[in-house]
Amino acid sequence: MQRIGVFVCWCGTNIAATVDIDTVVEAMKREPGVVHSSDYQYMCSEAGQSRIRNAIKEHNLTGIVVCACSPRMHETTFRKAAKAAGLNEFMVEIANIREHCAWIHKDRTEATEKAVVLARTAVAKLNLNKPLTPGTSDVVKRALVIGGGIAGIQSALDIAEAGYQVDIVEKEPTIGGKMAQLDKTFPTLDCAACILTPKMVEAAQHDNINLITYSEVDSVSGFVGNFTVKIRKKARSVKADICSGCGICTEKCPSKKAKSEFNMGLNNRSAIYIPFAQAIPNVPVIDRDQCIKFKTGKCGLCAKVCPADAIDFSQQDEIIEQKYGAVVLATGFKPIKLDNFDEYSYAASQDVITSLELERIMNAAGPTGGKLLRPSDKKHPHTMVFVQCVGSRDTTGCGKTYCSKICCMYTAKHAMLIREKYPDIDVHVFYIDVRTPGKNFDEFYRRAAEDYGVNYIKGMVGKVAPTNGKLMVQGSDLIADRQVIIEADMVVLATAIEPDQTAKSLATMLTASIDTNNFFTEAHPKLRPVESPTAGVFLSGVCQGPKDIPETVAQASAAAVKVVGLLSKDKLVSNPCVAGSNELLCNGCSNCQHVCPYGAIDYVEKEFRINGKIKIRRVAQVNEAVCQGCGACTVVCPSGAMDLKGFTNQQIMAEVDAICR
Amino acid sequence: MQTNNRPVKEIAQEIFAENQAERILGWKRGEFFYDNSPAVFSAADELQEFVYDAFCGSNLSKFLVKEAAKEGRIAVLLKPCDRYSFNQLVKEHRIDKENVLPIEIDCDGMVDIDKVRALGIKGIKSISADGDQLTIETVYGQKNCSKEDVLLLKCQTCKDRTGGDRFALVREIEEMSSVERYEFWRSELSKCIRCNACRNVCPACTCEKCVFDNDKSGIANKANSDSFEESLYHMIRAFHVAGRCTDCGECSRVCPQGIPLHLINRKVIKDLNEFYGEYQAGADDSSVGPLTSYELDDVEPDIVMNRGGGR
Ligand SMILES: Cc1cc2nc3c(=O)[nH]c(=O)nc-3n(C[C@H](O)[C@H](O)[C@H](O)COP(=O)(O)OP(=O)(O)OC[C@H]3O[C@@H](n4cnc5c(N)ncnc54)[C@H](O)[C@@H]3O)c2cc1C
Ligand code: SF4
Ligand code: SF4
Ligand code: SF4
Ligand code: SF4
Repeated sequence: MQRIGVFVCWCGTNIAATVDIDTVVEAMKREPGVVHSSDYQYMCSEAGQSRIRNAIKEHNLTGIVVCACSPRMHETTFRKAAKAAGLNEFMVEIANIREHCAWIHKDRTEATEKAVVLARTAVAKLNLNKPLTPGTSDVVKRALVIGGGIAGIQSALDIAEAGYQVDIVEKEPTIGGKMAQLDKTFPTLDCAACILTPKMVEAAQHDNINLITYSEVDSVSGFVGNFTVKIRKKARSVKADICSGCGICTEKCPSKKAKSEFNMGLNNRSAIYIPFAQAIPNVPVIDRDQCIKFKTGKCGLCAKVCPADAIDFSQQDEIIEQKYGAVVLATGFKPIKLDNFDEYSYAASQDVITSLELERIMNAAGPTGGKLLRPSDKKHPHTMVFVQCVGSRDTTGCGKTYCSKICCMYTAKHAMLIREKYPDIDVHVFYIDVRTPGKNFDEFYRRAAEDYGVNYIKGMVGKVAPTNGKLMVQGSDLIADRQVIIEADMVVLATAIEPDQTAKSLATMLTASIDTNNFFTEAHPKLRPVESPTAGVFLSGVCQGPKDIPETVAQASAAAVKVVGLLSKDKLVSNPCVAGSNELLCNGCSNCQHVCPYGAIDYVEKEFRINGKIKIRRVAQVNEAVCQGCGACTVVCPSGAMDLKGFTNQQIMAEVDAICR
Repeated sequence: MQTNNRPVKEIAQEIFAENQAERILGWKRGEFFYDNSPAVFSAADELQEFVYDAFCGSNLSKFLVKEAAKEGRIAVLLKPCDRYSFNQLVKEHRIDKENVLPIEIDCDGMVDIDKVRALGIKGIKSISADGDQLTIETVYGQKNCSKEDVLLLKCQTCKDRTGGDRFALVREIEEMSSVERYEFWRSELSKCIRCNACRNVCPACTCEKCVFDNDKSGIANKANSDSFEESLYHMIRAFHVAGRCTDCGECSRVCPQGIPLHLINRKVIKDLNEFYGEYQAGADDSSVGPLTSYELDDVEPDIVMNRGGGR
């Protein structure tokens, strides 16, 4: 029989105002196994902990129940206190009577009743607890960064600088991400390439960084400190180690009808291509869907002109396997598709473009050589209309409910740059609100409106109608309370952004969680913003939520610090709450193996002596070093053969019984 | 009945003649002509007792869990619906496939003797089938009826034969209010005498030790203690066989109390189809089922809310 002590915390008035503490204390005295029950204002305080320690010794307790806040807050605190008093730390149970009770109830009687139930549930479980001893596991001193935008590059550089090996896996042929596509960047208006390319080069040249471009993560197994990742290196059809990057192949390639992804489809590229001049690695890729050789078997011109003999049409996708201690997710974003927004005539008119397309048009290395020309007739525009919040803050269901955060600033940037370079162009901006919190941001916006004469109109655009080579923009001016119609030459849509569509499959592979918008979720929105709830997986950049470059870089460095903190450890304490199968009950059915997200379950053929007869049976065995204690296997096991230490079927059943009593 | 225009018995004889297997799992005549039961034959002369007629409803697959583990290869006769159970058991490593010779045989539906009796036909001596026509010899002379009218419930909606709507009744129950539904199941399940026949016949229930036989599981006693008698037993079983039940219909066929148990499993199957796309457990012997695999387009838990809950 256990000797259980119950400690009820008031949490100041947080609990005590709604739950009658005395009732809980008295009720627990009558529970089986309980030999001590008391309360205190703040159990987590040093004084509270010392009461626990003293009670453990004085009453010779074998286990304690602390009725207090969520175990996410103070379970560790109370485990340490118990350990200090000589108790096994897994003989501690928390009854959450704050978040699960006091905070969600108003009625004192009901709340008190529920607190009693929660407390006796914890007691019922504790009665069946057994001391557990955590083991340790090794840490692989290598990090994986998924995504090579500015976020991934920055995280990798910081981890590499701390002395650890980092691999960056980038799905495109080059690193750089969206920032490489931008022209100038707010709030300082320095050219994106001028500040990004040095970082790209630094990453490429760093001894500790290994770039794996044109590649994607295929599968992940393992756990914090010891992930095994399979990476699919897509066939480039070019031998990267001998290609000199001269680019003759891209010039001579006769297939030039593919839309350039880098230039947002505004011009064409060849079938063998390097996305942009400063691409890293500077090695071309053959787009097999466009290549004449791959389509018809004839051509092969690139191979003939290549001075290095680097073209390899027979190259295959290659799978590489590598172990990592930590993973950084930096998969960034993309603008949403505008299919739901016919009113803006994006599909109907070439002169209605997205802001990212405008970045390319304004960029000196872009399709127009940096000249602002109308896409339809390559003429100089005289009137331009910007529409903000296209698909952002949208409650109609067509777009996204969130604010994309960067559009107010980049629209101000675009408007200002255009007015600066072409003072003859009239620029109008339709906005719902202008949101410019951030250092020097509001000043930036005001400069656009006040110094550069950009016409800001508060209101939404109802329709953009292409008419006689012009775009009739119909909108409302809420301040003047009237409808406005502007005859524009170009319309620029500040399009909402959303996470890269690979986020969901990565979340599955890594058992990291995503929110309803597919942004990766942080372990705590305030206190652990760069960690995912899955140990060893960290978040960097826009994949966690919309942000601009300064914020992205700050977060990227923060994630790197977390990685370095992890990799600097030699051993990690492992969770002793692992699964195990009762071989006598196991059917060998494999169901548990199918659901185990960590690949912890294997099978052995074993001899059993049943009623005097020898029988060979296939039974499940759990690799305790790999098991993360998620419990999925125990749920799927029909015969109850699989059980989880610390959360045994019996313990759960005892809890249910205690609730239903 | 015939398969490939040959009597099934002949196929059985050939297996022994050609040494294809050492034993054959089939059916032999019971005490009455309508209670044929599963049997293992070990020699050609034993086949005298072999039958395959309109009363071979029982699913043989489950017997292989024990029989295939024994020395010597065993041939098994599988009706189309039994094939699913066989595959599912192979998939779950309950049958050693290497030791089994599966023989697929045709089936044009099995007869429910109680349904024949319900037509008011008494003193039945024997029944023979010719296509859809049944000729019934009785002590009062010869009678006729259409086979379609007296098929076993499971055969009526047999997916392979007629493609009938096997979810029609499930839909009716779904349309009930929660109170009506509770009453419906209460009245049905309270007839249960816990003979365990449904579990014992179920090809998905082959556990080394069933939770209901395991005192330590803490479940055996719970299943009995509820005032709504056996509801927990049936609910727990439904969850255990979810995603694995092939809809062979054996549970309802053997229940002495006539409880429509298959409707519980069909409800689960219908939901699985709706959530994860059409799925037939045991369609093959290696793929991972919808409940033990994860696909990106799997439904999210909010499906429960979206369907209005309580359905
Ligand atoms: C029109 C526009 C103008 C902007 N102007 C400014 C500005 O002036 N100033 C400013 O501060 N910010 C600006 N921004 C914001 C800025 O672009 C972002 O803050 C920044 O690019 C975020 O970097 P990131 O690395 O998080 O994402 P990304 O740049 O999107 O990089 C993500 C990378 O990950 C790769 N990837 C994705 N999924 C996978 C996968 N599964 N496997 C491998 N690789 C993967 C992608 O290919 C990409 O290279 C602007 C944004 C837009 C749209
Ligand atoms: S608890 Fe089971 S399913 Fe979860 S990791 Fe461990 S073995 Fe795998
Ligand atoms: S689910 Fe249970 S019975 Fe099946 S293999 Fe796993 S432990 Fe054994
Ligand atoms: S009821 Fe459950 S435990 Fe019992 S045999 Fe069936 S699947 Fe196994
Ligand atoms: S066969 Fe019928 S009576 Fe017997 S346990 Fe099953 S449901 Fe109950």
